[in-house]
Amino acid sequence: MDGFAYPNEIEIGWSILIVLYPFITGLVAGAFVVSSLYHVLNVKTLKPVASFSLVMALAFLLVAPLPLQAHLGRPERAFMIFLTPNFTSAMAGFGYIWLAYLVLVLVETWLVFRPDIIHYAATTTGPKRLVYEALTLGVHEIDEKARIMDEKVIRALAGIGIPMAALLHGYVGFLFGSLKANPWWSTPLMPAIFLMSAIVSGIALLIVMYIATMKLLGRPLDEDCVTSLVKWLLAILLVDLALEGLEILSMIYQAEESWEIISRLLTEGIPISYFGIQFGLGSLVPVLLLHAIAIGLVRGGHRPWVAFVAALCVLIGVFAMRWNVVIGGQLLSKSLRGLLTYTPTLGGREGVLAATVLMILPFYIFTVIVSFIPPWGRPGDEPDAVAIDPGRAPPEAVAAPIWRAGAGLAGGARARELE
Amino acid sequence: MAISRRRFIVLGTNASFGGLLVYTMRGIVSPPSTPAADAQAGDANSDYRVEDHDWAYVIDTAKCIGCGRCARACKRENNISPHPEYNRTWIERYTFTDDGEVHVDSPEAGINGFYGEELPEEARGKKITKSFFVPKICNQCDVSPCVQVCPVGASFKTADGAVLVHKDRCIGCRYCIQACPYGSRYLDPDERVADKCTWCYHRITKGMLPACVEACPVGARIFGDLRDPESEVSKTLAERRVHVLKPELGTKPQIAYLNLDSAVQ
Repeated sequence: MDGFAYPNEIEIGWSILIVLYPFITGLVAGAFVVSSLYHVLNVKTLKPVASFSLVMALAFLLVAPLPLQAHLGRPERAFMIFLTPNFTSAMAGFGYIWLAYLVLVLVETWLVFRPDIIHYAATTTGPKRLVYEALTLGVHEIDEKARIMDEKVIRALAGIGIPMAALLHGYVGFLFGSLKANPWWSTPLMPAIFLMSAIVSGIALLIVMYIATMKLLGRPLDEDCVTSLVKWLLAILLVDLALEGLEILSMIYQAEESWEIISRLLTEGIPISYFGIQFGLGSLVPVLLLHAIAIGLVRGGHRPWVAFVAALCVLIGVFAMRWNVVIGGQLLSKSLRGLLTYTPTLGGREGVLAATVLMILPFYIFTVIVSFIPPWGRPGDEPDAVAIDPGRAPPEAVAAPIWRAGAGLAGGARARELE
Repeated sequence: MAISRRRFIVLGTNASFGGLLVYTMRGIVSPPSTPAADAQAGDANSDYRVEDHDWAYVIDTAKCIGCGRCARACKRENNISPHPEYNRTWIERYTFTDDGEVHVDSPEAGINGFYGEELPEEARGKKITKSFFVPKICNQCDVSPCVQVCPVGASFKTADGAVLVHKDRCIGCRYCIQACPYGSRYLDPDERVADKCTWCYHRITKGMLPACVEACPVGARIFGDLRDPESEVSKTLAERRVHVLKPELGTKPQIAYLNLDSAVQ
């Protein structure tokens, strides 16, 4: 401790798990928005990742409440938040918002993959068949009429999902921004900043996971799609940076009583994670790299890797931003007279190991889901892709049209129908 | 997608029953809140009438000698963990030096008093211009941010003015601790739920004084009922000039201070 803090402040109440919580919900919101860009706004270049990002959103959404649950002093009472909600509390809404969003994402995912599920249920055998049979929920109709109906519902859900994603994550920003007790949190810009950084992190993770998955599986990468993601990422990252810059600029200019301690927090408490990682590595570096791709400075085969590195930097930067808000806000004493220190423990329910497990879990869930319903299409359903060996062909040759014709939203059948 | 009408009706019926079940359980886990029930939750005497009281608390910083007896009495009376980061009340020491600096400290939350306690490092060797102690407790705010943010309604305000925590309902999320501008709350390390000053609700509802008030040897802590115009607290608030902590936050603190310096946050 440096300076003075109220004695009860010495124990940092919100640990690394509460850093994870907004990080994970942010990834959900961002991934879902990408999927909706295709379904609602008809951004065709994003088609190869439309289902991919939906599965990603689902995997992370399933894990989103776990850091909160693990952090509670009395985890066995978590259900009270559903049973006796106090509606003046922003936090009381979490259970309902999360549940509603889960239902929406589950239904949309099911509808999107329904043709595949029915196909697999008819073509596989043994225990796998049972799983697919259960996933059909007993509905096997997949004629033209049913598919058109599905398409309409998917569009509607994706449409509702955008404001809900905004609610899910704008709400997380509100949790912090609405606390007048903490001058580092208390700003009406907080929900907007959280929302923008959420979308940024979701797109970044999608870039990382899409490139990594395609390379690992030796499948061709849709370059148009990556370039499109890069442009979206760059645009929203710039908006996000403008908001974050405006926040700190108005704090500096207004120079209220709390500014003195906030400036000490930034320069003495969290200088590396704030200036170095959040703004340097996590913002400046990716803006330059993404810009280079967007204006065509990076050519051909290098493009995915530059995008991959830039997206990874963005993810690290957004994690640092969550850290700087959640932990940074607690390092600052509400007496405005001192700074506290926080060193996360390694073990224990709220330690680094628990956080690492929670961070790996969504990737595991993702792997399990895609092993049953691969979002890149049914095996053997992409004759064009088989014709070109991605290992031998130059990357330019393995171009978008293959993907447009072969795999995509929910297998070849629907993709063709949409063309 | 084709869901048959029959299937739709079955699903709808199940969902309705599920909803009804949750709604019924709500009534079981959360009995309706009444002023009397709230008082009982705060361990009030059974014949105590919560509507008949309006408690108030005044602290005179000019009288406090920093002996720490209040903090010790509180920890004993309320069985609080002995560790210095868990306090329902604590004492801060303000030291002003001739270079214009203000130094604040609260070693071990002031529980052992300040006798023989060294000054903060930056104040040592400098000429001291003024110095005083400030006892702190929960401000029992009328517009309590902690009650506002509690997601399960475990924190509540009683009709007679105290902000209390339903310990068997608190889920330990610590949102209230973050929302309190005064650092008055902490997570009870044994029960893993939020804890704070209750004005010794179990004592005041039996006609006794809070432990800290009773232990203070110099009368720096004044507690009483505003419904009694002759009480010391009523007279003090009526006649003296008082101030509250962080009034700009709009929390309407119910702890009034006499002789409060503007350096005190």
